[in-house]
Amino acid sequence: MDSLLSILIWLPILGAGSVLLIGNNRAQLARWVSAGISVIVFVLSINLFLDFDASTSSMQFVEKASWITQFNIFYHLGVDGISMPLIILTTFSTILVIVAGWEVIKNRVADYMAAFLIMEGLIIGVFSSMDSMLFYVFWESSLIPMLLIIGVWGGQNRVYASIKFFLYTFLGSVFMLVSLIYMYNLSGSFAISEMYTLPLTMAQQSWIFWAFFLAFAVKVPMFPVHTWLPDAHVQAPTGGSVILAAIMLKMGGYGFFRFSLPITPDASSSFATVVIVLSLIAIVYIGFVALVQKDMKKLIAYSSISHMGFVTLGVFALFSIMKMGSNGELISISGASIESAYLGLEGAMVQMISHGFISAAMFLVVGVLYDRLHSREISTYGGVVNSMPKFTGFAVLFAMANAGLPGTSGFVGEFMVILGALQANFWFAFLASMTLIIGAAYTLWMVKRVFWGEITNPEVSTLNDINSREFGILAILAIAVLWMGLYPQPVIEVMHASIVNLLEQALTTKLPVLL
Amino acid sequence: MMNFNFNVAELLFALPELFLLFAISLILLFDLFVSQRLKQFTYYLTQIALLITGFLAFNLIGENATIFSGTFVLDSLGSTFKVFILGFAIIALVYTRHYLKAHELLRNEYFILAMMSILGMMVMVSGHSLLTLYLGLEIMSLSLYALIATARDRASAIEAALKYFVLGAIASGLLLYGMSMIYGISGSLDISQISSFASASTLGSQQTLILNFGLVFLVIGIAFKLGAVPFHMWVPDVYQGSPTSVTMFLSTVPKIAAIALLIRLLIDGLGELQHYWADLFMILAVLSIAIGSLVALTQTNIKRMLAYSTISHIGFVLLGFVTGVVDGYGAAVFYVLAYILMSLAAFGSIIVLNRKGFEADQISDFQGLSKHSPWFALIMLVVMLSMAGVPPFIGFYSKLFILQQVVAEGYVIFAITAVIFAVISAYYYLQIIKTMYFDDVDKEILVSAPLDMKIVLSINGILILVVGLMPSFWMELSVSLF
Repeated sequence: MDSLLSILIWLPILGAGSVLLIGNNRAQLARWVSAGISVIVFVLSINLFLDFDASTSSMQFVEKASWITQFNIFYHLGVDGISMPLIILTTFSTILVIVAGWEVIKNRVADYMAAFLIMEGLIIGVFSSMDSMLFYVFWESSLIPMLLIIGVWGGQNRVYASIKFFLYTFLGSVFMLVSLIYMYNLSGSFAISEMYTLPLTMAQQSWIFWAFFLAFAVKVPMFPVHTWLPDAHVQAPTGGSVILAAIMLKMGGYGFFRFSLPITPDASSSFATVVIVLSLIAIVYIGFVALVQKDMKKLIAYSSISHMGFVTLGVFALFSIMKMGSNGELISISGASIESAYLGLEGAMVQMISHGFISAAMFLVVGVLYDRLHSREISTYGGVVNSMPKFTGFAVLFAMANAGLPGTSGFVGEFMVILGALQANFWFAFLASMTLIIGAAYTLWMVKRVFWGEITNPEVSTLNDINSREFGILAILAIAVLWMGLYPQPVIEVMHASIVNLLEQALTTKLPVLL
Repeated sequence: MMNFNFNVAELLFALPELFLLFAISLILLFDLFVSQRLKQFTYYLTQIALLITGFLAFNLIGENATIFSGTFVLDSLGSTFKVFILGFAIIALVYTRHYLKAHELLRNEYFILAMMSILGMMVMVSGHSLLTLYLGLEIMSLSLYALIATARDRASAIEAALKYFVLGAIASGLLLYGMSMIYGISGSLDISQISSFASASTLGSQQTLILNFGLVFLVIGIAFKLGAVPFHMWVPDVYQGSPTSVTMFLSTVPKIAAIALLIRLLIDGLGELQHYWADLFMILAVLSIAIGSLVALTQTNIKRMLAYSTISHIGFVLLGFVTGVVDGYGAAVFYVLAYILMSLAAFGSIIVLNRKGFEADQISDFQGLSKHSPWFALIMLVVMLSMAGVPPFIGFYSKLFILQQVVAEGYVIFAITAVIFAVISAYYYLQIIKTMYFDDVDKEILVSAPLDMKIVLSINGILILVVGLMPSFWMELSVSLF
């Protein structure tokens, strides 16, 4: 199919229009239509994987049409090994949230489903844009459905959380807009590939790097600009939390891959230590913050921040591992092999995808409990295993994955990043591996307090175990988590060529040649 | 010495204005003499007259002429502006009728006065001499003062009319003073002669001083009319006090005329002094963006909030003129047109909530709209996000265009300031969305607007999205005017 990416973007958005037309009064129809659309989109997106040529780093499934001629802006789509897995993660997660909201959402059902479909289309647009202005348009407009999802279907404090979410991310990205415009005025094009080859002085790169950093770090989110995330997660409905954690945070990580490293390689290199330190603070300190949370969603939100720290760590550790030699060959800094630099970057990618599965699963687990007792407080529960044995089985599996147990996807990404970081600096790796202790502590302690022990709250003993719909969702996620944990090779293979290319770009200086 | 010769063929180039004047007189007489039953047709006749005028203006696009001894110019800028003025005015009058009916203010003088002010705007747009420009400005302004006062039993409207009149008169006085300086030193009222005087290399320092002195007063007069900080004090009060339909009219169509005045005087006439007035505009622009964004944060009256939002939008427009390049001017014009489209939809969404005995002018009046009328809530959502500059709506592209030009001319710091305040202003636009969507208040909202208004408002809202998705044509058009 020539226009597969366009179909993936516009089918959910137009489908959302039809769901809106069905209206909230015919809720059941709206549910089935939305589920149907999301499944079709997912099946179509599988074609990206099947027809993907893993041997090349160049863009595939390319579409190009002129859009805003004054500014040389093109409707230019394409995917490489970095964006393709994220698109499939998006289409996969959208099915989950639509099915997860099936009976739970009773208020404005059609609007709810439509919001998620629109978001799906916009986020696929983010991951497949090859023109930075098209990227920006998708990037910003994806805030709108999320704003409404948190604000309309959220909890008590939803207004505060939704507006904080919007303003935080909006403020982050406007500086990216200014730097994109700045580069356009230098190169005469908004095409991302043009920006890759644009020579920039160190001063220019530094400004652009920090503008990008602000946009992406808020999205990831990195310490210290993470404070919107716990609020947004706690207030968002389960589906909103899932999309937020599983996909929206990945947009930030993706931004580092697609923009920061190749466009400002020299600045990235010189500021890498700052980013690594912030990542390590996120991994260790935010892990401790998670430990003391009383609210399950907040705990998982902080654990998300901590896990996303591995992504930024893996990305920026490469500058301490490799450098570009004078003849254009990669030279190791500390005697490490080039594989360790790949390990960091690929580990970051695997971590993003794995976190997409695990965080989605964890939020769904909390959602299942919340739907029954309308409480997210850990202290409300205790001894859930007695009344919900099947559910507890899944919950413990996902908790183990969250703690990074070998055999689950959580282990693979973190282990790859730690191995990469070890080549960069022993202390980076040491601090990062602290997460294996802290993560286990906060996750397992939560499991202990919620699922094991005596039933203290009489309501817990009356809980019904998960129904087949919930069982299905959690089972699919369990399979995904185990598959990524036991056999991540296919995912790593598709991204390898793109990662190699990215590594070269990131290590090739863009400073203008002085004559 | 000016040479007045008159050529009948020249009249053809002023056909839209002449037709409108003729139509105004005719409709006035019609309204005076027909029975009560037929009086409702005045509205339809007005709309038809505006439509025909718009068509005539459209036909003249591409013609270039300077007529009436150089006092009246016809160029693509003028004709295009006229088409937009008439088009936007037609939309505004559709909304207006519902508002007037709901509040029993429907008197046909309203339409006559509106047409009269439109005539003034058209003269302004085509003015090519200080006199014509001033004449057009006064025709427009006087009709607008009277329009506000048509709600003669509302104290707030009378107050607003008086305030607007007094401050408008001061602004006109300042403008006239500046014009007299320019006339005095250059010896001509004609814009092109002023232009060639200003660009002459033999200008003495004394002459330059007086020219700059006049220029400052022109800039102040224009800033007054546009409502740029620090000459903005009248805007919130007049917007709040006027009947909503007049507020809508004030905040939309006259802005095109004011921009035309700016272009004629400062670019066509004193383009040579661009670097002088650009410095003034820089301060006006940054202050307007800042004050407009900050003060709007605390407003509870939506008209007053939109007044401050207008001020901050005007700041963006002025930034476009600061750049001093054709593309920058085009960006400013695109911004104005986009702003008017959004402003019309915003006021349309307010007016659609009005019904007999219910004046919707508080932000809280939007509570529960998303439940009772999801479609109009969606339109208001689109308008608010567009005003905040969130893609993919038109408001984003207008900001993008301005920012691109500002950055291209090396004013990166202004671009950064502007985007920071754009984020701050997003907060109050989000307040409206919050009120419509997030507030859990079960309040009955009746949308009793007639079908024509609903259709026009829907198209207006959809245009904000569609032009946003395909802004190319409008951007090209805006730049081609210069």
